[in-house]
Amino acid sequence: MIPEIGHFALILALVVALVQGIFPIVGAHKGWASWVAVAKPAARLQFLLLLVAFAALSWAFLQSDFSVRYVAENSNTRLPQIFKFSAVWGAHEGSLLLWALILSAWTATVTLFGRSLSPLMMARVLGVLGLVATGFLAFLIFTSNPFTRLLPAAMEGRDLNPLLQDIGLVMHPPMLYMGYVGFAIPFAFAIAAMLGGRLDAAWARWSRPWTQAAWMFLTLGIALGSWWAYYELGWGGWWFWDPVENASFMPWLAGTALMHSLAVTEKRGAFKAWTVLLAIFTFSLSLLGTFLVRSGVLTSVHAFASDPSRGLFILLFLATVVGSSLALYAARASKVRSHVRFALVSRETALLLNNVILVVTTVSILLGTLYPLIIDALGAGKISVGPPYFNAVFIPLTIPLAILIGLGTVARWKRDSLAHIWAKVRLPFVASLVFGLVFPAVAMAHFTWKAALGMVLAFWVLFTTVRVIRDYARGRGLGGLSLSQWGMALGHIGVAVFIVGITLTSIYSLEEDVRLVPGDHYRMGGYDFLFKGTTHLEGPNYQGTRGEIVITKDGRPVTVLYPEKRNYLTGMPMTEAGIDPGLTRDLFVALGEPLGADGAWAVRIYVKPYVRWIWLGALIMALGGILSLSDKRYRVLARREQRAMAGETA
Amino acid sequence: MKARYLIPLGVFLVIVGFLAVGLKLDPKKVPSPLIGKPAPHFELPTLYDPAEKISPEKLRGKVWLLNVFASWCVSCRAEHRVIGRFVQLGLAPVYGLNYKDAETDAKAWLAQLGNPYEAVIVDREGNTGIDWGVYGVPETFVIDKKGIIRDKIIGPVNDEIVRDRLVPLIRKLNEEQG
Repeated sequence: MIPEIGHFALILALVVALVQGIFPIVGAHKGWASWVAVAKPAARLQFLLLLVAFAALSWAFLQSDFSVRYVAENSNTRLPQIFKFSAVWGAHEGSLLLWALILSAWTATVTLFGRSLSPLMMARVLGVLGLVATGFLAFLIFTSNPFTRLLPAAMEGRDLNPLLQDIGLVMHPPMLYMGYVGFAIPFAFAIAAMLGGRLDAAWARWSRPWTQAAWMFLTLGIALGSWWAYYELGWGGWWFWDPVENASFMPWLAGTALMHSLAVTEKRGAFKAWTVLLAIFTFSLSLLGTFLVRSGVLTSVHAFASDPSRGLFILLFLATVVGSSLALYAARASKVRSHVRFALVSRETALLLNNVILVVTTVSILLGTLYPLIIDALGAGKISVGPPYFNAVFIPLTIPLAILIGLGTVARWKRDSLAHIWAKVRLPFVASLVFGLVFPAVAMAHFTWKAALGMVLAFWVLFTTVRVIRDYARGRGLGGLSLSQWGMALGHIGVAVFIVGITLTSIYSLEEDVRLVPGDHYRMGGYDFLFKGTTHLEGPNYQGTRGEIVITKDGRPVTVLYPEKRNYLTGMPMTEAGIDPGLTRDLFVALGEPLGADGAWAVRIYVKPYVRWIWLGALIMALGGILSLSDKRYRVLARREQRAMAGETA
Repeated sequence: MKARYLIPLGVFLVIVGFLAVGLKLDPKKVPSPLIGKPAPHFELPTLYDPAEKISPEKLRGKVWLLNVFASWCVSCRAEHRVIGRFVQLGLAPVYGLNYKDAETDAKAWLAQLGNPYEAVIVDREGNTGIDWGVYGVPETFVIDKKGIIRDKIIGPVNDEIVRDRLVPLIRKLNEEQG
């Protein structure tokens, strides 16, 4: 009965979304106040209905109701409770329901926080979001219904994919979707602004905190996924340039460009048409990501079940949403003039270059991701594009980007001089050269020029950011800095930390596959790994083997690691690596296969310097995002505008 | 309306065109001209006994699989356990074709991960691989009792492929007359 309530709520939500999509937009166009007034209640009702649907599906999982096909395919009575709940979004149907729920949650939040919006603008924004939701809910109900019954009911469920039975993966999809779907908000603002014919600084100011929020979630989502891959897949990698990873990374890059370009549009009124295009581009990439992941047009290590009818639906949806947005853009953008002039040497130029590099990077990754498909579609054969391509395009593009972070933050708006910029960055420049060259020579095992380059860039970003903070704080102290200034600084420091992590891990990691008999020692990177042997392991829905490895350094105990090898009920083997995390290095041990009767095992041992800094950097960036969007300026301005608006209508 | 504002729309429509075509294609499926044709001839030594030579002609009369692998191939590692489980089903023997590999590496690799193969055939130069149209490792061929290639799996075999494709096909082939 409960699943039927959920099913019914889902269908109602589709109807409400359609109403929310049509009435406000038509009403705003024709000036019919009663139609415009539908927007807010419809948006809130849609959220409520999807919440009911989601709760019903969760209930079915927690009760192990195997008469629901989706539950039977992705759960099991022996699955721990927390994973029964997270199994709700463990496969296609449920994750789409989560997608729709998050979209409606964002929309409902706009109705709460968007009080400063004029009623017409609000109606258009909610209308656009309603249309997006309509497409998604139709997709959900007609091709991927999670509430379909199974008759007769299964006695036992097939169990959740063991890869997903992990706390990192419990949080990864919701964070990622918050990011993906969050970019629907700036997209809706951009479309609404074009529909209303008012593309001004106010539009950019409304969009900024929403973009930052979505970007913050996406940053966390990607970092969680990478962290999970690192400790769960058992071979110590943290990024694979897989199509599905690229699908999340492309909106991130475009979203980063959008955040920076929105700043220029808000503060200086420049780049208006470009910013609108970026907002469309970012959300389109989120939709494209969904298409790539869910349609199976590309091969990926993320082996999702693919279904051509689903792919066709998403493609039509993508074509409609993006095609009509770009058509609207073509019609309206030519009327948008930015009457703002800026000199060649100015912060605008730096941010323009930042945008160009980020977009070029995004397009390069898009090209690499779609290239196999394009070649195949042209009948020119089958190829695959791997990490060598992506590393070859990505790394050279990030170098000028890191340099720009320093130059852009110290440059003045509108007009600056090279002499002035040089005066500001002289000290950070020299200091980063010195520290960057000395660091790998002193702190690492051996000196390499690549490591020196990476460290110079990281110190450059750090020192210029510190320099900017000092400038901001002059006369008013550090406490006088606004939250968005802190947000900017942390965002950039996060980049520096991230560069340190990538550089040092990729250059200085040690790894070895060794055959160890209980009692064997293995030395690596100054550490001694003693293999004590293995014991049998009995889990709730798996059996396995647990190894014990004692690690010492210069005779002093460091830690004991217990890597595991699990065999789940589904028959899928899983590796649980033993990791001793540390700020300057991770010790990583994973069990391979048993070798022979003497208790010997293939053991994989890694020493990975500074690998944590990769995720630490992402965390700091996300924190920067939180600070930025909490800046009171957005709320103060919002209130001021509201008052002005009230004055106008009075 | 200026033409340059139409550029994004134009680019997008081209991409949609490719995606639409791509939707009809299966990225995992590479047609092999060899399916339905007799297995190309080879006569190669085995890894553990170089004196023993194996050729497709010798294997006539039974259904067998040829799994192309190499110690340098990362996805072979993932596939290896699946091959091991498939062999335990006892439906058909699997012969390994050790492709462009060093002898010591191959032996160490099999010692570490286990050896599910009926025999490991050594193709050090990769000439047999070329005859068989191997262009990526791993690849797996199914050969029937008459020595005809009946199916080819490109990329790692997983449990799903074993369950939905290999097992039904081999059951059918086992019932055919030799």
